[in-house]
Amino acid sequence: MIVLSDYLILSAVLFCISMAGIFINRKNLIVLLMCIELMLLAVNMNFVAFSHFNNDITGQIFVFFILTVAAAESAIGLAILVVLFRNRATINVADLDSMKG
Amino acid sequence: MSFNLLPIAPEIFLLTMACIILLVDAYLSDESRDLSYQLVQGTLLGTTSLLWLTFPTQKTFILSSLVVIDPMGALLKLFIVATVFVVFVYSRNYLKARNFFKGEYFVLGLLATLGMMTMVSAHNLLIIYLGLELLSLSLYAMVAMHRDSSQATEAAMKYFILGAIASGMLLYGMSILYGVTGSLDLSVIAQKTAQLDGNKTFFAFGLVFLMVGLAFKFGAVPFHMWVPDVYQGAPTSVTMFISTAPKLAAFAMLMRLLIEGLPAMQAEWQQMLVILSVLSMAVGNIIAIVQSNIKRMLAYSTISHVGFLLLGVLTATQTGYAAAMFYTIVYALMGLGGFGMIVLLSRAGFEAENVVDFKGLNERSPWYAFIMLILMLSMAGVPPMLGFWAKLSVLMEAVHTGYLWLALVGVILSVIGAYYYLRIIWMMYFEKPLDNEPIVTTPDMQVALSANGLIILGLGMFPQALMMACVGSIG
Repeated sequence: MIVLSDYLILSAVLFCISMAGIFINRKNLIVLLMCIELMLLAVNMNFVAFSHFNNDITGQIFVFFILTVAAAESAIGLAILVVLFRNRATINVADLDSMKG
Repeated sequence: MSFNLLPIAPEIFLLTMACIILLVDAYLSDESRDLSYQLVQGTLLGTTSLLWLTFPTQKTFILSSLVVIDPMGALLKLFIVATVFVVFVYSRNYLKARNFFKGEYFVLGLLATLGMMTMVSAHNLLIIYLGLELLSLSLYAMVAMHRDSSQATEAAMKYFILGAIASGMLLYGMSILYGVTGSLDLSVIAQKTAQLDGNKTFFAFGLVFLMVGLAFKFGAVPFHMWVPDVYQGAPTSVTMFISTAPKLAAFAMLMRLLIEGLPAMQAEWQQMLVILSVLSMAVGNIIAIVQSNIKRMLAYSTISHVGFLLLGVLTATQTGYAAAMFYTIVYALMGLGGFGMIVLLSRAGFEAENVVDFKGLNERSPWYAFIMLILMLSMAGVPPMLGFWAKLSVLMEAVHTGYLWLALVGVILSVIGAYYYLRIIWMMYFEKPLDNEPIVTTPDMQVALSANGLIILGLGMFPQALMMACVGSIG
């Protein structure tokens, strides 16, 4: 039998993977966008699991909103990425260092 | 269940007008682009008057208690709309000189305003999240507006990534809140947390994530990395937008989440706020000293102001919240003026973004040097400017609630911080100008900027009215 804590551990692991991806990754901005997406999906899993085990539908409704917003967010992220590539001809994370102080 | 939409008439009006302006703007030629600017400003004025007409006297919950209408929210919304109005007045010439006087800029600004207003009156985790995202997504796009500038796009990318991480953290915290209490409604959450006995560990775990998300949005140390880069890289008019109105909305979000939603966890969040507050005041004031870019310097100054306003919130008393609200509003006014001055000194092909660009401003224009003098003294917290009363009220609250050491740290750090504000005053009055180009402005900008400075001086002489308004709206 799968219990609530199994879901929570899975989502926590996914969340940690995405965090690690964001902080370890120094090469590619697209991987970063993927990590952000993974992070939101981990949260979704949390919401759905809680919603199921609490017998309350609002959590699943929240998930629909998160999915929609995440789509809009990645659209904007990719648009910024395209503009950045046009200006810099690179999407290397380590190259984003023109401002210091 | 009631469907009384009258209390949210301002939001509905703003949304409708934003859609209409988006359509109208598509049919305008570049020469008649001023029409959309006027429509946008008209919309903001209309929203202000609707807010004024529907100003509530007590707290009411509408739309199945998704939304709360109360005097605090209404007052903050009034200031948000007014701030955005002034930002647009300041931006107009700046944008024209740089060839991105476009309808999108203003429509995105309106939608961001709508997001802020939603955040302010949200009484449900879902609504808070939606308001926050509407604000953030608009801001990401606004920062990237200057498409050919490599610095602006880099700033936009950083802002986007760190903002998305912050939202992810906030959501993770919200999901745990939801899991423990089984509800997204802040009143129910408050009720259920009060009944939690003994083991609050899991809940505190959620609170940490929530706090990280909030601190990111505020730009409090240690989650401040994005602030200086975004402030420096973004076009100055956008920096002005980011640094003023969203702080008012973030304050409201903090109040809703912590004070209305989690009063039972007060002991836990108080400690976290103490850490955030001390670090923000220290890092903000000390690192600002070595900055040569004035936008970056003001970014660190913002971080230190955030530390002070958290100092008001962490006292967890009604008067402390009022003091923090007063501080936030005062900060928004000063931020407007500060960035307004940078916009004023910039012109096509030249950004007055270095501290040395203020050298000898008194010779070039005594009046604007005087306005800048007021702004800098106010930010430093010198009486009789408005900023002094704001600092005094939060420090007094900290002393009254037994945080004497925190108040002392705050005073010492604000004295250190005064150095970099006074340095600008020194440069304006006692050094030779580097740049002798005449300052070109338009009458609307002149009036707005002068009024902005004089309000800070005038309200500093008579701070009672604004302070009373804050106290009255919180209580």
